[in-house]
Amino acid sequence: MRTEGLAPDLGVDLGGIKLANPVLMASGTFGYGADYVDLVDPADLGAVIVKGTTLHPRAGNPPPRIVETPSGMLNAIGLENPGIEAFMDEHLPRLRAHHVTVIVNIAGESVDEYAELAKIIDGSIGVAGIEINISCPNVARGGMQFGADPGAAREVVSAVRSVTSLPIVPKLSPNVTDIVSMAVACQDAGADAISMINTLSGIAIDIEKRRPLLGNVFGGLSGPAIKPVALRMIYQVYRAVDLPILGGGGIASARDALEFHMAGATAVSIGTGTFVRPTLAMEVIEGVRDYLVVHNLESIDQIIGAAAR
Amino acid sequence: MERVEAKRAVCVETATIIKNDHVGVGLWEMELAAPRIVAAKPRPGQFVHVRTVPADPRGNPHAHPLLRRPFSLYDVDMERSNISILYKVQGTGTSLMTKLRPRDLIDIMGPLGRSFSTPSQANGPFTALVVGGGVGIAPLVYLTRLLRQRGCKVGVLYGASTCGELAALYRLQQLGASCRCTTLDESLGVCGVVTDLLPQAIQALHPDFIYTCGPEPMMAAVARIAQKNNIPGEASLEAHMACGVGACLGCARKLRGSDAGYVKVCVDGPVFPIDRIEFEAGEKHGAEEATECEQRV
Repeated sequence: MRTEGLAPDLGVDLGGIKLANPVLMASGTFGYGADYVDLVDPADLGAVIVKGTTLHPRAGNPPPRIVETPSGMLNAIGLENPGIEAFMDEHLPRLRAHHVTVIVNIAGESVDEYAELAKIIDGSIGVAGIEINISCPNVARGGMQFGADPGAAREVVSAVRSVTSLPIVPKLSPNVTDIVSMAVACQDAGADAISMINTLSGIAIDIEKRRPLLGNVFGGLSGPAIKPVALRMIYQVYRAVDLPILGGGGIASARDALEFHMAGATAVSIGTGTFVRPTLAMEVIEGVRDYLVVHNLESIDQIIGAAAR
Repeated sequence: MERVEAKRAVCVETATIIKNDHVGVGLWEMELAAPRIVAAKPRPGQFVHVRTVPADPRGNPHAHPLLRRPFSLYDVDMERSNISILYKVQGTGTSLMTKLRPRDLIDIMGPLGRSFSTPSQANGPFTALVVGGGVGIAPLVYLTRLLRQRGCKVGVLYGASTCGELAALYRLQQLGASCRCTTLDESLGVCGVVTDLLPQAIQALHPDFIYTCGPEPMMAAVARIAQKNNIPGEASLEAHMACGVGACLGCARKLRGSDAGYVKVCVDGPVFPIDRIEFEAGEKHGAEEATECEQRV
């Protein structure tokens, strides 16, 4: 029976990042919040995680950069972005003016670059937290090289920790043997939350040209195809680590998001799903709210990790 | 020439299928009631991003294929608020689309992208030469409609492998364009490829502007011939894309003379100035080399 109680509280605390609702736009799927402005007001989202930002501008990988695969897609964008300076000067003021909760995704080619990026962001107004990209599978240097080894991850997270008091959220790669050891290393190094999962490394082949289809050969698999993998890894990390988890990987409905919460995610990120349904994030917020109302729950906290305890 | 900047008036709409007909060899035309997209005043060269599975709010959100498919506007009926797309069956998505029936619902998004430049009324008499190959004729039909409404003279060169693929010919003729066709099998018009006719058409029409869409080697040849004759033009490109709005950076393409990196076909295009495009490597085409037909003779 539906109860006419108070509206449930959708707010969550992601390692010190206060979010009005638990639905975030994943890095690299929502640009700087301006591309979907006709369809989604970015201020209505829990937060926008902006495109992976590097110290210097990056042109990205040669095309083709994307290919559809069963229930998903491979991408090899290669961190195309205008660089941190252009982000701070051009994009951040606009996001701030629209009252968007902003998390900046940073990607370095070296430990020093991660620290330098974090230092630049640390002093700015309008950034709620930093997502540390140690999991991009599509760049030659940096990215996943720090996300495949607990020692390297610890080094990056420690370096960022030492230069900023902003909440820091390393984003983990699923392309590892032991995800728990990666999360533990991040926790030990001072992370405030864990973001997971980035894409799964894969390739596709053009049978006419008898060549790999993507310009970069390797790409990252996203979309509903990876949802069970993401859920399994979040479940494992939730049971092993005390940090809140930002969970994502193939969410395409409110029902999917609820599964992520129950596996242990405090908040969820939507990525590929937005390409298919631009308003998916708003539908997920509504659907999660409805679930809480129907089950007479006051807040999301009551379902986080419910299936992993 | 006026180039209307991409207006940010994108909407997502559950459109009703009015008709979905097999109109040529491998070619289908789908007409949709899409009042919201028509209200956004779509322009020739813009496209809609189509979910190829039937729209059903309670349906499976993971239905395959996942991603939308971009189709340029083939025609727009402002009075009825209908749009049309011309599509070629190429894979799972387009095969599924052929199964849709009138009154079925389909999820579309648009209008997207930058349109063709068109002459403003103040420019005086204007002659356009339109060069289309295969299903690439699609955006050029709506363009021809607009140009003819503005009183422009429009010559069309339209090529395909066989006459059954010249699905837009009747509509172009109805719009008052003078059309010349080529087919590779000599089933209609001149035997050969469409660019065989281009030098002669330029001499006869003295066009102010050339518009083209079709296979890359064809457009590359059009670009070379246009440049040789000092005629400006635009081409509409195709690319794999996910979002259609500039967020995913999937449809990157290099332009000539830009070291600033890649442009996005979805929002910086799909229409680009013909002299800026670095076309995909392809063999010489049409008038530049003996065609299959000439070799046969």
